[in-house]
Amino acid sequence: MKLYDSVELAARNLRESVLRNSLTTLGIAVGVASLVAMLSLGIGLQRLASKRLKSSGLFDTVVVTSRRDLRFNRDQETSGPTPAESPDLDEAARLKIEKVAGVVEAYPELRFITELRFDDKPHLTMVSGMAFSSKDSDSLEGSAGRFFSSDKAHEAIVQKTFAAELLGKPAHGPDEINVAEVAKPLLGKQIVMQYAERTTSGTDKDSASYSVISRELPLVIVGVTDLDPDSMRGPARARLFVPEALLEGLHAMQAYDNRDSTRATSQQPLYSTLIARVSSASKVESVEETIKKMGFNTFSILDATKSMRRFFAVLDLFLGIFGSLALTVASIGIINTLVMAILERRREIGVMKAIGASDRDVRGLFFAEAGAMGILGGAFGVVMGWIIGRVINFGTNIYLHRQGFPAEHFWAVPWWLVGFSLFFAFLVSLVSGLYPASRAAKLDPVEALRYE
Amino acid sequence: MGSATIRAVDGISLDVPAADFVALLGPSGSGKSSLLNLIAGLDSPTSGAVTSGGKDLSKLSREQLAQYRRYTVGMVFQAFNLIPRMNVLENVELPLRFAEVERAKRTDMAKQALERVGLGQRLLHRPIELSGGEQQRVALARALVNKPSILLADEPTGNLDSRTGTEIMNLIQELNSASGMTVVLVTHEQPLAEKYAKRLVSLADGKVVSDQVNRKAAVFRGEA
Repeated sequence: MKLYDSVELAARNLRESVLRNSLTTLGIAVGVASLVAMLSLGIGLQRLASKRLKSSGLFDTVVVTSRRDLRFNRDQETSGPTPAESPDLDEAARLKIEKVAGVVEAYPELRFITELRFDDKPHLTMVSGMAFSSKDSDSLEGSAGRFFSSDKAHEAIVQKTFAAELLGKPAHGPDEINVAEVAKPLLGKQIVMQYAERTTSGTDKDSASYSVISRELPLVIVGVTDLDPDSMRGPARARLFVPEALLEGLHAMQAYDNRDSTRATSQQPLYSTLIARVSSASKVESVEETIKKMGFNTFSILDATKSMRRFFAVLDLFLGIFGSLALTVASIGIINTLVMAILERRREIGVMKAIGASDRDVRGLFFAEAGAMGILGGAFGVVMGWIIGRVINFGTNIYLHRQGFPAEHFWAVPWWLVGFSLFFAFLVSLVSGLYPASRAAKLDPVEALRYE
Repeated sequence: MGSATIRAVDGISLDVPAADFVALLGPSGSGKSSLLNLIAGLDSPTSGAVTSGGKDLSKLSREQLAQYRRYTVGMVFQAFNLIPRMNVLENVELPLRFAEVERAKRTDMAKQALERVGLGQRLLHRPIELSGGEQQRVALARALVNKPSILLADEPTGNLDSRTGTEIMNLIQELNSASGMTVVLVTHEQPLAEKYAKRLVSLADGKVVSDQVNRKAAVFRGEA
């Protein structure tokens, strides 16, 4: 029998005992719904966490520190040179790192807390250099305005919470700030950065002595970014960005200058932290490996997300198992319904065989019935799961709001989940149909015809 | 069932030539229906062989047996055995679905078969809306639709009054005489068998007790 005929006959049979089959289908729908609701929760939570990480701007950067730097000593590499033997993070190291395959550029992390004047009001914040090559990076997604016109332009990009602060707008959380809204009155305005210039004195090249001069630099605000300053360690942890090359040329006092001056043997600068920008996120791991072999400590988003990714893999697994339990119950429902149908239609199966139905035809008919219930239940279940997810999301947000937290979308139904759920429901129903279908196919027609 | 072995059909040797009309007679439990099931390939003998058109049915696979029932044999039952939720046309089309005949062609073939048994109308009615005689006509059309060479009828008039029973039997006889279809009729009504069959085989306790040419048959009286 052709597939189309099997499906048509199956649909007719399903309509015949509509209540029972609807209930069975509803069972599948509930099973699929619980699976969808569980998995969409897991996916949504994961997306939420990844979003936070993404706005850290660390997706294509590797942070390189010296092994002697005890600030980052927590997960010290056990292999390779010991801290005492590890190389200096100096200009030579910078050039070496820049030559690693996949590295676009390596630049020192320049960062300092300073006072900025805007509208004649002082604001104290962290200033950081932003590499000109980050222009095409996806970490600047969701920004307003434009990027620096050149790597030495006297321009600034401000983080959106700082932008709100400049405008005197109080904000409860970063998610409440609309980038475009705060950017509008700020773009093109001038902000004056105060900084301390470190100058070497005299002609004594071996001396590490220097003097500090207070300077001011007017900058034009050209952009507002969505980067989250509190999320991660690294270049994004500042609230005002200026071009990296400009900042380097200023020789601004760095927080670590004091400390390093006690051990620096020459005029050669020693960097506290170098940032290696990698051409794509997929190369981060190999670049990290190479730099580690040189004897430095590295840190990247991969390290930060390793445990998180493991956590979500386990979470998804458990949510999936719980969701599947309901589907298992539903599949028993299918078996039960079809076994009942065999009993009811025993005589009919006998007649069909007497007039020429093969085992395959009878089996196909029951498979089609199981499959139809699976697809219908799956489709209905996806919709139900979607609604359940929405309701949970809504309810939780009401709770979060009462607790003073901003609303979040910790729940997502991607298209692949819809497809997967439908396919899974279909598959489960076919597997459930396996036993009843083969039982029906093997029915002895003589017995079946005698049955009243 | 108990553990006693019942030989429903015991040591029967029967040869039915093509275009013959054989009536299997005997009281209930004599084994005539079992013999019919063996010929239909619905059942298989524990020993011995059923050969149809030169093919030993016991040597056929389940799939081949299904094909044999689909194309070579048509069956009519006492209880009509129509599928209650299908209308007349769909019931007749059912064997064509198993034969994977195209949809458009199916309707034509089914209508032809129905016209042959005298049912040109009420094609969209369900079996329950028809009289017994009409239901048996539908069943006969269903048996004919794949143009089999053998018609197996198991008490086809058992649930009908004598007038409609006669109509059905006339139809069956016409199929035999006009189309040369081999007919094996199971009945316990001696007069019915004597009126239509060319050959009368009497069974008792699974054994043949008599096998004779029916001189009284209509075909010999020149009526048909």
